[in-house]
Parts: sequence; structure tokens; C-alpha cells
Amino acid sequence: MKPSIATSIGQIQLDKPVMLASGILGISLDVFNRLYASGAGAVVTKSLSTVSWEGYPNPTIFSVKGGGWINAVGLSNPGASNFAKMIEPNQDVPIIVSLVGSVPEDFEMMIKEFKNCKVKAYELNLSCPHVAKVGLEVGDDPGLVKAIVSTVKNATDVPAIAKVGLGTSNYLNTVSTAIDCGIDAITAINTVRAMAIDVETQRPILSNKFGGLSGTPIKPIALRCVYEISSKYDIPIIGCGGISTWEDAIEFFLAGASGVQLGSAIGDNWVGVFDDINKGILDYMKRKNYSTIKEMVGLAKKS
Amino acid sequence: MQRNLNHPTIVTIEKVIDETPTVRTLVFSDDVMPTVLPGQFAMVWIPGVNELPMSVMISKESGKAAFTVRKHGPSSTGLFNVPVGGQIGIRGPYGNSFDVKEGKLLLVGGGTGLVPMMRLLSFVKPTDDVTVLMGAKSKDEVFFEDLSNELLKNNPHQVIVSTDDGSYGEKGFVTDLVEKLVSETHFDAVYVCGPEIMMYKTVQAAHAKQIFVQASLERMMKCGVGICGSCCVGEDLACRDGTVFDGGHLSKNKEFGHFHRNKAGILENY
Ligand SMILES: Cc1cc2nc3c(=O)[nH]c(=O)nc-3n(C[C@H](O)[C@H](O)[C@H](O)COP(=O)(O)OP(=O)(O)OC[C@H]3O[C@@H](n4cnc5c(N)ncnc54)[C@H](O)[C@@H]3O)c2cc1C
Ligand SMILES: Cc1cc2nc3c(=O)[nH]c(=O)nc-3n(C[C@H](O)[C@H](O)[C@H](O)COP(=O)(O)O)c2cc1C
Ligand code: FES
Repeated sequence: MKPSIATSIGQIQLDKPVMLASGILGISLDVFNRLYASGAGAVVTKSLSTVSWEGYPNPTIFSVKGGGWINAVGLSNPGASNFAKMIEPNQDVPIIVSLVGSVPEDFEMMIKEFKNCKVKAYELNLSCPHVAKVGLEVGDDPGLVKAIVSTVKNATDVPAIAKVGLGTSNYLNTVSTAIDCGIDAITAINTVRAMAIDVETQRPILSNKFGGLSGTPIKPIALRCVYEISSKYDIPIIGCGGISTWEDAIEFFLAGASGVQLGSAIGDNWVGVFDDINKGILDYMKRKNYSTIKEMVGLAKKS
Repeated sequence: MQRNLNHPTIVTIEKVIDETPTVRTLVFSDDVMPTVLPGQFAMVWIPGVNELPMSVMISKESGKAAFTVRKHGPSSTGLFNVPVGGQIGIRGPYGNSFDVKEGKLLLVGGGTGLVPMMRLLSFVKPTDDVTVLMGAKSKDEVFFEDLSNELLKNNPHQVIVSTDDGSYGEKGFVTDLVEKLVSETHFDAVYVCGPEIMMYKTVQAAHAKQIFVQASLERMMKCGVGICGSCCVGEDLACRDGTVFDGGHLSKNKEFGHFHRNKAGILENY
């Protein structure tokens, strides 16, 4: 049988397993169409808030000398309602809407804005490391995670994904709380809180001083998290963090992910990266005699 | 370690040239920036102020490059005020570049849109017949006229200045002159950089005559490398697919000449 790279992440069915991660290239439907045509299995939007945010002043992104990126864009976004209007015409592209907020009502309100849109899933950003009162500060508060996930699950039948990252508390508690409240899948991980200081001018480079580290340096950390979650819980997982080649994607499948997302690799290799990875996965499957992605998921845990 | 072009490299300003009361050229030494292609830009960090996209300007001295900045809001004013000895961070070069054609060339620049045109002039062949059209609001704001003539001293050429108020050169909008020139003369290529409405009209005029035309687009830029999405124009990313686009491509883009995005990414009319 000819192998297929289609995958299911719980209820979420995708023709291709590599998605665009949230916050990357995510503000125009035309760009989403292009990325879908370039081989992305789905696109995750920038994290949207109830009102539009300008984000932080520049510098907001730069790459680290040894590889990887640090960003503190500050969740700049046009707001849920403006964004919903833009994607309303969409029929073809599987769009996962990422939401960020500080109280359950924010999420409930935003989900209403998307009632006329075809939304494949909602991804709840519980892990942005550089904006106060949202993201990690929410993820680190189990009571808030519980309230938000329960509210979202009541507000919509569309599958909900919790995106976790490394905050001050053990991220596995966030995972377990979200699972208890009925979350459909987990994305792991967001960027890792970081900074860089310029030695000539003796200043932090980012205007926000702290930002999130992404790209190849965080891949081993993200992989460990996916392996850890899949070892402890029975929940569909999307791996994210430093993926830039087909080998990286396969590593995440073997660790227990059913799909992957990438962001920084676009800065390094541009949009052709999706097709390259898809082809590599398919060749690997042919060589190893797998007909579905599912057969590979979690295989590294045999022994 | 080899230089990471996406990480700010600190350079020291060696010379400041006042071009007009509001425009300055800041000259610095660097290994990379003096050799970039015409149209490429850098992300320029003014520590404590902001980081801005800037076209890379030529310098007459080898091993040196420059930025020519107009003071406008707080960020560009911050760069404008960097003194000799001051330090700025640069990353890049980013973006593609103009296709340097041969023959009869028309270069159209408005304001600091003239910067990439000056680098383009340093790439023309001595046999090219070059017309430079520069637009400014008034006589005070005209710059690079002498530099253009100097760069073209070995070429058949003309440098035409137009001012909106007629205080110097031809009176009127530069786009009226473009329309006149392309209808009267055969050009092998037209290049334009400046305010978007000016580029839109120039592209339309040249494209209608089936003349090869390229424009260098300006959008809100945060990363410069195609990650943040803030610079999108339809399905194109100005920083990564451009900034230089062909007229044929632009005439199919729904946003070019009509919309741009603010800092939150909301589409706004020009
Ligand atoms: C590819 C490119 C090349 C450019 N080359 C030059 C040049 O050679 N000389 C020159 O004077 N100007 C150039 N500009 C414009 C310049 O980057 C600034 O936009 C302009 O100087 C206005 O700055 P400001 O002081 O008003 O910004 P402020 O009003 O102080 O705004 C600050 C913030 O807005 C952002 N911002 C505002 N406008 C823009 C914009 N159009 N693009 C990107 N970010 C923006 C800045 O990044 C910053 O974060 C170029 C722009 C681009 C995109
Ligand atoms: C510029 C930039 C903006 C980001 N914005 C968001 C965001 O809005 N919401 C979110 O959940 N994650 C955001 N992220 C994190 C990414 O989605 C992803 O989790 C992280 O970059 C790790 O993946 P990568 O190494 O493939 O980039 C952003 C990352 C970058 C680099
Ligand atoms: S400036 Fe970030 S995508 Fe172009």
C-alpha cells in the first residue's frame, strides 16, 4: 500500500502533518493560502486577543549567534473580531485559531466572533513567555487553566488544543488540568524565556529585554516534553520547537506526537520547508515500510 | 565564529552629512554592507530608541556604507540624531534587488526612496543612457542631484528634478513627468522607489506601455526575515519576496497602491 502522510490528532484530521506554528506569518488570508499551497497541513493564526494589540517596539526579533531566534513581538495582533472578518471567506485552508486572554470570558467572547468562520480547532495559548497577565502567567495558574478550558469546551464543539510551555510551575500540571477539563490535544512547546545583551552598547537587545527562544536550540527540550507528556498521559500531542527537517519531524512522531508545527525554520529556510519535510517523511515511510503516521507515533518508547 | 547576519553587529558612525534640513547621511565602516545589491536593506538598531528598516546607501569611500535618513517620528529622529562616534546595530542585508538591465533606463525616486536608486546607479554600465527623475516637496528638500550627476559622469544621462511647489526644477508631481516620459521615449527599464502612490502610478504608466518596471515596497517591518508577517502585501512578504517586485506581479496584487497594515496588522487605506 502506498504510504499516506495524512494524520489525525484526536478529532482533528489533516492531509499533511506539518503545520505553521502560531505567531509566524499569520495576519493575512492570502498568506495562509500560499502556505497551504506550499504544503502546510494547517495554519495556526497569531494568538488573537479581544482587542487589537500593537505589540512591543523594535527590536522584537533577532537571531542568536549560535543559532535560534529570540523574539518579544508582544503578541501584536489585529484583534479577534477584525481577524474573524478576514478569514470568513476561507473554505479550503485548515485554520487553527490561536487565542490568548487573561480570564475565561475573554475566550468565550472571542469564540463568538468566529461563529461564521470555518475553524478546524482552537489553540489556547497558555504559554507566551513575554507578555504580562496572559500566556505563561495563565498556564502557571491551575485554577485559571481549569476555568478557561472548561469555558472553551462549553462554548464550542470545535476541538480545543492547549499550548503549553516552560513557566515557573511544572508544565505537566497544566497538561493534566487541561486533560481533566476535556481538552482535545496538547501543543508542546512555546518559546523558552530568554535574553541577549550586546557587549558593545552594554544593553539588552530586545526592547522588552526578555523574549522567547525558538528554533534549533530548543528542539531537544521540546522533544523531551513531548516524550514526557506521551509517557504520562493518553492525549493527542502536537510537537513544536526547533523543527526544521524531516528527521526532526520523525523524531517528534517517535516521541509521541501525531503532528508537528514549525515557525523559526521559515526564517532560516523560507516556505519551501513544508514540502521538503513532507517529502522526507514520505521517503522515510517507504523505506521503513509504514503506511500511516500513526504506526510511528510513540515508537521510541518501546524497549 | 562567522558573523551571523541576523544578529545585530555594532558599527560606529564616522561621518554625518547634512543633505537637507531634515535628511542626513550617516557613514560607517563594515565588511558586509558596502557590497550589497541595489535595493537591499538592513534592520538598524538605535539602542534605547527602536529598530528600523533602512535601505543601504553607497559611500564614496571603499569599505564604507551609509544610511540616509529623514527625521519623521521618534525612531527615525533617533537615528538622525546619532552623532559621529555613536554606535548603532545593523543586521542583514535583507531582501532581493533590482534586476540591472542595460540600455535606456529611467530611475524614479521620491524622498529617501532615492537611496536604493543611488546604489543602482553604481551598477549601471558606461554605455547605458540613464534618466534620473527625482521628486521633492520644495527646493529645500532636494538632495542627491549632484551625486547622481557625478555617478553618471561617464554616461549619456539627464537628471530631472521636480518640486510639488515649483520652487526648483519642474513644477508638479513626479508621476506626471513619468507619464509624459514613458509616452514620448522608449525605455528598456523603469525603476521606482518612493511613496506608494507614486510607485503605483509609475508602475501603471510603464506597465501599460509594456515597459519592464520594478518597484521597491515599504511596509511595517519587525523581523526582516519572513517570520513575523507584519510586512505582508497580499500573499507577498515585502521583506522576503521583495522588497523589489516586477510591475506585472504588482498589477495583480490587490493591496499594492491601496492598503497597508498598521502596527497591529490591521489593513488601512492609503
Ligand atoms: C525596506 C525599507 C527601507 C527603508 N529605507 C529608508 C531609508 O533609506 N531612509 C529613511 O529615512 N527611511 C527609510 N524607510 C522608512 C523607515 O524605516 C521608517 O519607517 C520611517 O523613517 C518612519 O519612521 P518613524 O520615525 O516615523 O517611526 P515611528 O513613528 O517612530 O514608529 C516607530 C515604529 O514604527 C515602525 N515603523 C514605522 N513606520 C514603518 C515603516 N514604514 N516600515 C517599518 N517600520 C515602520 C518602526 O519599526 C518602529 O517600530 C524604509 C522602510 C523600509 C520598509
Ligand atoms: C516571532 C514569533 C512569534 C510568536 N508568536 C506566538 C503567538 O502569538 N502565539 C503562540 O502560541 N506562540 C507564538 N510563538 C511561538 C511559536 O508558535 C512556537 O511555539 C515556537 O516558536 C517554537 O517553534 P519553532 O522553534 O519552530 O519556532 C511565536 C514565535 C515566534 C518566533
Ligand atoms: S518583516 Fe517580518 S515578515 Fe517581513
